[in-house]
Amino acid sequence: MHISITPETVGHLFSLPITNTLLTSWAAVILLIATAVLLRRRLKPIPGKIQNAAEWLLEKLLDFMETVAGDRQTAERFFPFVATIFIFILLSNWLGILPGVGSIGFFEGGPEGEVFVPLFRSANSDLSMTLALALLTVAASHVIGLLSVGFSRHLGKFINFKSPTAFFVGVLEIISEISKILSLSFRLFGNILAGEVLLVIIASLAPYLIPVPFLGMELFVGLIQALIFSVLAMVAMSASVRAAAH
Amino acid sequence: MMAGKALTVRFLYQFILKKTQMENISALAAAIAIGAGAIGPGIGIGLLAGKAMEAIGRNPEAAPKIQTAMILALAFAEAIAIYALVIALIIKFV
Repeated sequence: MHISITPETVGHLFSLPITNTLLTSWAAVILLIATAVLLRRRLKPIPGKIQNAAEWLLEKLLDFMETVAGDRQTAERFFPFVATIFIFILLSNWLGILPGVGSIGFFEGGPEGEVFVPLFRSANSDLSMTLALALLTVAASHVIGLLSVGFSRHLGKFINFKSPTAFFVGVLEIISEISKILSLSFRLFGNILAGEVLLVIIASLAPYLIPVPFLGMELFVGLIQALIFSVLAMVAMSASVRAAAH
Repeated sequence: MMAGKALTVRFLYQFILKKTQMENISALAAAIAIGAGAIGPGIGIGLLAGKAMEAIGRNPEAAPKIQTAMILALAFAEAIAIYALVIALIIKFV
């Protein structure tokens, strides 16, 4: 039973290592782009089944984001970014539960003998992936803030020399941004990695019938984590365009 | 009785000697990390769910809204336990 926190390299592309989590995220991206292009070509005024499902998903998500962001206009403004994050994380998480992901692979000779290297692995069980998403989200919220409320007002939230209290609050805001990056990445990473470790251990203990409730829990956890990440992204972006309270 | 005491002392000594080897103490460290790290979020989630039940009991019509907000806050409280779990996994497997 081989559990590793870092993803395993399965090949090289011009001296850049290709990991199995990268392969799975590429699969998710190709699936999403293919679905989007196909749907776009077959858009009808009276929707067919797939178009209906896509419209229902986006509308429910937009309604939920409206309750988070406050008003419809802010929600619609940031919806492309936030909905992309939601759909991508959801698909990556659910692709990681598919049979074959994590079990189909090859044997590689390592320093301690032969080691099993799976060809695909859940994309968000890689800290690099979740860190990249978290950095993108926080950077997007700052760029939106700079563009919307202006350079000096946005920076004035963090570096403020009006009074010692305001300065201290600014320092706290900077620390809060760093903690936002860390918590976003580690929450997603920890949940998905823990789910993977749990599934591997349960499958090695009792492989018949017992993993079914755990797979169900992984489905639920994948959905909730995607929702949490996108909700936090929406909160961060709508907070940076709101006029500074102090 | 003296032989019994000497035997237990010798057993304890060998047990402590074995436990202070790196692999064994790292297993203990991982267990303590996740054990202590799950106390806080456990209490937090219990309080959260309790207050949510109270709120639903008072106002059953608002149940969907309360449920959504509760699940959101639940994921935040759970995240702290996940941080502890990640540390325990790192200790055990790295």
